[in-house]
Amino acid sequence: MSIRHSLLALLSEGPKYGFQLRQEFEASTGDVWPLNVGQVYTTLDRLERDGLAESDGVDADERQKNFRITQKGEEELSRWLRTPPDLAQPPRDELVIKILVASGLPDVDVYDIIQVHRRYVVQLMQQWTHLKEDESHLDLAFALAIDAELFRLDSVVRWLDAADGRLRRAAHEASTGGDAEYPRIRLRMGAHR
Amino acid sequence: MSILELVNVSKVYGEGATEVDAISHIDLAVERGSLVAIMGPSGSGKSTLLTIAGSLEMPTTGDVIINGKNVVGMSRDDKARLRRRTIGYVFQDFNLLAGLTAVENVSLPLELDGIAMKKARTQGLSVLEELGLLDRAERFPDELSGGERQRVAIARAIVGERSLLLADEPSGALDSANGEAVMRMILSACHGGVAALVVTHDAKLASWADRVVFLRDGKAVDETLPHETPEGILVHEAAHPSES
Repeated sequence: MSIRHSLLALLSEGPKYGFQLRQEFEASTGDVWPLNVGQVYTTLDRLERDGLAESDGVDADERQKNFRITQKGEEELSRWLRTPPDLAQPPRDELVIKILVASGLPDVDVYDIIQVHRRYVVQLMQQWTHLKEDESHLDLAFALAIDAELFRLDSVVRWLDAADGRLRRAAHEASTGGDAEYPRIRLRMGAHR
Repeated sequence: MSILELVNVSKVYGEGATEVDAISHIDLAVERGSLVAIMGPSGSGKSTLLTIAGSLEMPTTGDVIINGKNVVGMSRDDKARLRRRTIGYVFQDFNLLAGLTAVENVSLPLELDGIAMKKARTQGLSVLEELGLLDRAERFPDELSGGERQRVAIARAIVGERSLLLADEPSGALDSANGEAVMRMILSACHGGVAALVVTHDAKLASWADRVVFLRDGKAVDETLPHETPEGILVHEAAHPSES
């Protein structure tokens, strides 16, 4: 979560006081991400130092200062919004590593390990879904953040299901000496083309 | 109180060498007002379990108790009456009758049960209103969107005094917003006292349930623990003021 750019975004709506920025920042993240309050004021200091924002009060504390975005700040915000985050490198996924390790150990039931993780993730999804159950009190930013989390966790369950299926097929092929039903069907389909 | 109870239910198809255990030794109870999801891959026995829970098929062994009555051994007529009055079904492809309007589709099960057309219609309209579909009542299925069709199908499933809602991949072909609307609707039926059993392979749908049971090769292998907050989840302060 970029506090720096979120604060710039809030300032792009118009000048705001330090305490107001802190409140609006907390509300805009839907309270999903934990926030170190001190960071907001430190970041405002840095925005001023870098010429991305300016304030009127020199001596007043950060809470009472009135901040506004500069032209340079507007440009930085626009650049940041349009720059995709780095998704090219796969993250080091601990769950993937656990399943890979489990699949190679002779005395471990990998399907059991998969189920342990599947249950845990579905339970997490139940918790998040429960938080959005009451639509009348559902803040839009919070709903978007919950959806993002649910889609992320859903992809984990899908991967576990796919891994489960792939491992079972591989085990079946190994036990039948590679003469499994699955590749035969694939060959037949190929013959029709 | 359990609306649906499966006790040691097994279903075997075929005989001898071709014998297949579709489901084995399933114990499952769905309480009044609760939503239970069954998750599992294709071929895990989800649909068999649902057809047995809905008394459309009989188990090879075990008991199926709906509203306190054992369906196993019940006469055909009694089963048909139970299905008409107590159980509502929702399928992936909606199964609405094309020649009937939304309200006619919804009130049809009541009319089939001998309720006068006018009274059935009034009850049909009242369910549609409850589900926010009153302005769609006179539309034919092909004049409704996919999401609306499925909501009409849910209205039809809970019309009258039905207490058990069974759904097979209820948002199968719908986008995620409509899928969510369908699950909200099923949940609201549960809050109204209906017991619901939903089978799905989709974790996003299953996560609306109070309890998720995992099915694998016809056996219930695991289930989520409803009252345990998993470690690591960030709790929304507004939703849990006592923890803030």
